[in-house]
Amino acid sequence: MPSWKNVRADFPILHQQVHGKPLVYLDNGATAQKPRAVIDALVHYYERDNSNVHRGLHALSMRATDGYEGARARIAKFINAADPAEIIFTRGTTESINLVARSWGQAHLKPGDIVLATEIEHHSNLVPWQQAARASGATLKYLPVLGADGEGGLDLAALDHLLTPQVKLFAFTHISNTLGTIIPAAEFCRRARAVGAVTVIDAAQSIGHTPLDVQALGADFVAFSGHKMCGPTGIGVLYGRRALLDKLAPDETGGGMVVNVTYEGATWKPTPERFEAGTPNVADAIALGVACDYLDALGREHIAAHDAVLARVAMEKLSTLPGIRIIGPRVGAERSGLVSFAFADVHAHDIVTFADEDGVALRGGHHCNQPLMRKLGLTSTTRASFYLYNTEEEIDRLVAALRRTLTFFVGT
Amino acid sequence: MSADLTELYQQVILDHNRRPRNRGKLPTANRVAHGDNPSCGDQCSVYLRMDGDRIAEISFDGSGCAISQASASLMTTQAKGKTGPAVHALYKNFHNIVTTGNAPEEISDLAAFAGVHSFPARIKCATLGWHAALEAMKSDPLPTTTESHLD
Ligand SMILES: Cc1ncc(COP(=O)(O)O)c(C=O)c1O
Repeated sequence: MPSWKNVRADFPILHQQVHGKPLVYLDNGATAQKPRAVIDALVHYYERDNSNVHRGLHALSMRATDGYEGARARIAKFINAADPAEIIFTRGTTESINLVARSWGQAHLKPGDIVLATEIEHHSNLVPWQQAARASGATLKYLPVLGADGEGGLDLAALDHLLTPQVKLFAFTHISNTLGTIIPAAEFCRRARAVGAVTVIDAAQSIGHTPLDVQALGADFVAFSGHKMCGPTGIGVLYGRRALLDKLAPDETGGGMVVNVTYEGATWKPTPERFEAGTPNVADAIALGVACDYLDALGREHIAAHDAVLARVAMEKLSTLPGIRIIGPRVGAERSGLVSFAFADVHAHDIVTFADEDGVALRGGHHCNQPLMRKLGLTSTTRASFYLYNTEEEIDRLVAALRRTLTFFVGT
Repeated sequence: MSADLTELYQQVILDHNRRPRNRGKLPTANRVAHGDNPSCGDQCSVYLRMDGDRIAEISFDGSGCAISQASASLMTTQAKGKTGPAVHALYKNFHNIVTTGNAPEEISDLAAFAGVHSFPARIKCATLGWHAALEAMKSDPLPTTTESHLD
């Protein structure tokens, strides 16, 4: 097991005071902090290797190209893709899903088809499918979430009658960013495959938190963001199965993705270049490869176990607060390292403002899950989301901040 | 508690948050407008019964943080009975208070919101109800059978 105390030393940002108190960063669901190694990789690239890729024949360009393509291979290994050409660099989860929704959607969806999503999707795995359905005349359906607090997970019985041969694509999240529910992704992929539906997994919340093997999952497309796995912002990945990518038309066109251009038209390079028009985000891709090294050195199975301990402790301590409503899996049930909660008499934004004064960084709002919030009869929740550098003492700081806020607003 | 936070959550604000004034739909309303803060999910609807250019009755409904709810509540108490231009002038003063923290003596209760200026992210919470009210004044009159609109 890694020494979690030493892990904290790897993250320069954690060692600061906020409003005179040591920072407790519990907004990892939004973005994770960066270890020194990732920051150093960015500085090193810009100080030593910065150049454009795939075109220059000079030394720097070759170094940049090696670094960029090395990162692609590193990430392929990180998720056990069969081939680095299955890794397409994007800006992040949102762009990755939009790419599939537009390119794949345009080529394959037609009136009468069904796109299946779930009721717990982040807006970025929901709105692109609304758009694709609208553009193609396909119908968008949702797999329901069960329980007044969403504690029952997705309705597996409903999946049986929803997954018909009309379903051409099934898009679902791996871990809910609001409920903390872990979705049985391998089973979903298996059942989708049985009716011939293509699968799109939103792995934004799982990628840095748990081992992820795209071949074991049997996934067709997987989208994730670098910034939630200790990598930089502005870089993310779309994994696509080679057989699907080879048949897919590009979304954006321009330099770098063409073979032969005439005044009349152009021909496309194979994947992954076909989907990476223009100068790519070389520096951030390289640093994302370093983030993979960092997480693998610790072991993602250990990170998942650490998250689980923090979630369990947080659930136990938070449930003792008067009037708290925790959404997602109940105390004792499996959940990822995040907890969302609400109080009838104190709004999430007031809680976040008070906690901030105690140096505790939380998230308050609808978490880009407006339809789910509405279904649960909520307009917002407060979310504490944990990661590898968080500690049980920090959960005590969280609970103390919440008690102080409740005393102020409710007097209990 | 820090001075900034004490300033932000003044007694007046807490009181309006706990016991909002003029809350709920207004059955006699002839104008309505809805305001949203998409980034945080706060919502506020303002209902008016305009009598010529004067706000004869006003109410609000919605959900959001203490700042947004208290501000909407206080706004209704200040706007009631005033004409359009007078409400615009009040809003100008209020906006000035929440963005600069400077409150002229004579603007009694609105001055409670001076502390908002130390929390720039919360300014839009404080102005949500006001924006809805100004929109409602500009909006087209509701048809005389208003019930369906207000359900
Ligand atoms: C489940 C989930 N999907 C998608 C996203 C979108 O990620 P990004 O904003 O990096 O594109 C997020 C991030 O908030 C998320 O939590």
